[in-house]
Amino acid sequence: MSVPDDLRYSKEHEWVRVNGDVATVGITHFAQEQLGDVVFVELPDQGASVRQFSSLGVVESVKAASDVYAPVSGEIVERNAQVVEKPELVNQEPYGNGWLVKVRLTDTAEVGTLLSPADYRAHIGETAPSGA
Amino acid sequence: MSAVGTLRRTPLYEEHLALGAKMVPFAGWEMPIQYPTGIVAEHRAVRSAAGIFDLSHMGEAYLRGPKALAAVDELVSSDIAGLAVGQARYGLLCNERGTIVDDVIVYRVAPETVLICVNASNREKDVAHMRAHLPSDVAFEDASLATALIAVQGPRAAAILASVAAPSAGGSIASVAPFAVTGASVAGERAHVARTGYTGEDGFEIFVAWDRAAGPWSRLLDAGRGGLTPTGLGARDTLRLESRYSLYGNEIDETTDPIEAGLGWTCKLDKDFIGRDAIAAAKERGPSRRIVGLVVDGGVARHGFAVVKDGRDVGTVTSGTFGPTVGKNIALAYVPVALANVGTELAVRIRDREVPARVVKTPFYSRKEKVGAA
Repeated sequence: MSVPDDLRYSKEHEWVRVNGDVATVGITHFAQEQLGDVVFVELPDQGASVRQFSSLGVVESVKAASDVYAPVSGEIVERNAQVVEKPELVNQEPYGNGWLVKVRLTDTAEVGTLLSPADYRAHIGETAPSGA
Repeated sequence: MSAVGTLRRTPLYEEHLALGAKMVPFAGWEMPIQYPTGIVAEHRAVRSAAGIFDLSHMGEAYLRGPKALAAVDELVSSDIAGLAVGQARYGLLCNERGTIVDDVIVYRVAPETVLICVNASNREKDVAHMRAHLPSDVAFEDASLATALIAVQGPRAAAILASVAAPSAGGSIASVAPFAVTGASVAGERAHVARTGYTGEDGFEIFVAWDRAAGPWSRLLDAGRGGLTPTGLGARDTLRLESRYSLYGNEIDETTDPIEAGLGWTCKLDKDFIGRDAIAAAKERGPSRRIVGLVVDGGVARHGFAVVKDGRDVGTVTSGTFGPTVGKNIALAYVPVALANVGTELAVRIRDREVPARVVKTPFYSRKEKVGAA
């Protein structure tokens, strides 16, 4: 199971990649595998503000809808138009072109409250670290 | 019955595990919802090549005797008395109120033997219903737990099945006509093979003894290597929905009548059957609501979601999904007849938002090349 070492994770299976004061957010490989084929992605508008652990959007698979929670608080500075057009990118490249939104952080310290890669691996029941 | 500890397993359970299936509880059974291929890819495989399904959870009953055909004709809404030996027909079990107990396929497998295939979720209810209404000189056997059911569906189904199966009477499986049924040998096992299905594609359903099912399953997979995809209940649902086939518990149940469900064509009102008078009256009155197809633009409508017109709840979604072949979010819904015309603009309430939905012609998908008897 892919859990990249350069990301932080939420217990609800979102990941963040922090670059300066902007965090890119997506759902994990584990999450997309649990969901199955993603067929619809609903994201907040650019400029919207989100609070940590509040609802960020919805990812729908063929069988069910699943809430996505904001792993960090801030302002939506970009939503991934490509993933709205091609929801299957969430399955194909969960850590790449399947990202969901970019958030300008209101509190960079929040990132520290998220799970490390090792902690996330333990959270999803994986003990061995990935090969990275 | 829904407790995990008491879930039943089909004779192909181990095969599903070996294939990496995700198993889920369904109607009291532990069934594959999908394999590692995934629902969308399995759906596409059935449309473009072929899929193989384990449907052994479904119920099968045999009715035997000189009066069996006439007795089933009184139980089922469609023309059963007119079935020739080797023919099958879709129909409904109804109650006296004219609402739907189940939808079934009736197979006349021998001059005095009728096979009825029923939904797994309704098996016990159907068995009680049929037994209660049968004359004593018709022998009734609930063979559900002695009969496995394997479906092979898709444009390559005939070629794949023909390579491991042959009708007992000779000839080729590929020349079995749509809605015909024949005794056959499949991978050396005795079976009834019918050219029926629930996917909107050409295909076959194979009724074989419970403890003999594993051989045909694996021989078929070998024969179809590369072109036959194990397909779970997830894709079965998206395939049937694109083809606008009703699912019991969604579009139809004991609160719906055949007319509003769009199944009036299955009711032969010039014969006697249970529920006939009530259905004829419902037809005469005209329905107040109807099932329509919707294309939903901005979310997936799900079972139970409200259909909205001008801010008012006017109907209910019965089934909804993303249709992989049509490439749209599609749904079936009950709406008032005044709002049932193709082109009517409606909305579906999805997560407190009104998402635009338009009434469209159904089926959402129908295959171009029909199969005749080859």
